[in-house]
Amino acid sequence: MAAADELAFHEFEEATNLLAETPEAATTSRSEQLTPQGHVAVAVGSGDSYGAEDEVEESDKTALLQEEKQQPGFWTFGYYQSFFDVDTWQVLDRIRGSLLPRPGHNFVRHRLRNRPDLYGPFWICATLAFVLAITGNLTLLLAQRRDPSIHYSPQFHKVTVAGVTIYCYAWLVPLALWGFLRWRQGVRERLGPYTFLETVCVYGYSLFVFIPTVWLFGVLALALSAAGLVFTLWPVVREDTRLAAAVLLSVVVLLHALLALGCKFYFFQPLPPAHVAPPPRATALPPSILLPPTSPWSVATPDGQSLQAQHERTLLPALPTLRP
Amino acid sequence: MRSRIREFDSSTLNESVQNTIMRDLKAVGKKFMHVLYPRKSNTLLRDWDLWGPLILCVTLALMLQRGSVDSEKDGGPQFAEVFVIVWFGAVTITLNSKLLGGNISFFQSLCVLGYCILPLTVAMLVCRLVLLAEPGPINFMVRLFVVIVMFAWSIIASTAFLADSQPPNRKALAVYPVFLFYFVISWMILTFTP
Repeated sequence: MAAADELAFHEFEEATNLLAETPEAATTSRSEQLTPQGHVAVAVGSGDSYGAEDEVEESDKTALLQEEKQQPGFWTFGYYQSFFDVDTWQVLDRIRGSLLPRPGHNFVRHRLRNRPDLYGPFWICATLAFVLAITGNLTLLLAQRRDPSIHYSPQFHKVTVAGVTIYCYAWLVPLALWGFLRWRQGVRERLGPYTFLETVCVYGYSLFVFIPTVWLFGVLALALSAAGLVFTLWPVVREDTRLAAAVLLSVVVLLHALLALGCKFYFFQPLPPAHVAPPPRATALPPSILLPPTSPWSVATPDGQSLQAQHERTLLPALPTLRP
Repeated sequence: MRSRIREFDSSTLNESVQNTIMRDLKAVGKKFMHVLYPRKSNTLLRDWDLWGPLILCVTLALMLQRGSVDSEKDGGPQFAEVFVIVWFGAVTITLNSKLLGGNISFFQSLCVLGYCILPLTVAMLVCRLVLLAEPGPINFMVRLFVVIVMFAWSIIASTAFLADSQPPNRKALAVYPVFLFYFVISWMILTFTP
């Protein structure tokens, strides 16, 4: 601690506050104490965060040079390169950490060690979007095997929908969360609300668990994922009033559950509306039988009930419709 | 060596159009051969061009079109979707590998990724021919086998060219997006129904 006092003279308060926040920081406290104000640090060395001795020198240099050397501006390539400064084993380690959330271990402090990366969130979201679309397609294929009357089609537009949904969720929800936490904590950043990138990173890695369990998309995956988020957010909201903390955490879990449910119903609907995908005007019925488009269910069919149900599903494909 | 010097002459301005086109076509053909028989060479990297990727992408996108009218809403990928996936996918992978610290230039990487779509374009051709026969499980098995083989070929070819430019402890991070890219294209090919 004596060395920290000499070097981190302008960050002493931040250091003690960080130590108070994270009692298990003894193993890796050097880099955390001397991290510059924004957690978006220029990577001065390679990414080996377990070598404490190397880190002391690197972070000493960082602290000393902080006054003279500016961070690269956001218009330079080096700025973005600092977010991809991870090795293979680090990414795998972070993924493992998200699969097994533990109450005491804060994902941001313990796994990210305050060095968020954008590789994980970006490619996990991309993988999840494609896996969702592919599995939805597979579901349709298997349903067609069982019931040959279903019209199979690749449904490629679902890829677009999946991509947009997942990326919006993984970026806009952390943005809202970060904004809310900053607002609650005021401008005292040293008391530890996470930076925007750390929040994005946590959300990105928490979505990983949906990839292998995409067939189920079930309660287990949702529970694991939401648990990771809650355990990470708990130290930050702990100081707030109980009501605000409870509301925040429940909103986070609720949004996550909505994502899971929405994906389940949109991508894995067993009977898609493809059966009547050509709207009634394109059917083979002679024009005299065609009724006004608002009431096609009065057309005499052997199974009037299902035509009506299918027509509803054609109009509103995104709403969940449970099969009777 | 002499022909190289001649290339930089202004005499290429005066040559006939046929000469120009044949020269470019020969360059593209030579790179196709390099992709089909991948060895560790840097021909693709040294003399990169984007004609080959463009030809392959347009061919693939045209072949993935279905002829029927009722493919507006839940049909296969439209031409623009295939085009966007191929080009933006390649750009994203290139940016990713540069951000991870790879020392390959932007267009070299685009060139390699584009040329390595050749096996999958061949697979698309074969699938379209196989689909002319009657549908059935054997039909599907043949197509699945062809697509898997060509997918593996694409991955091997592209990693043969790209792997050396990555830092050693991040190779897997740079190769995984390439795997995802070719997997998505293979999926589009496999689920194509006329």
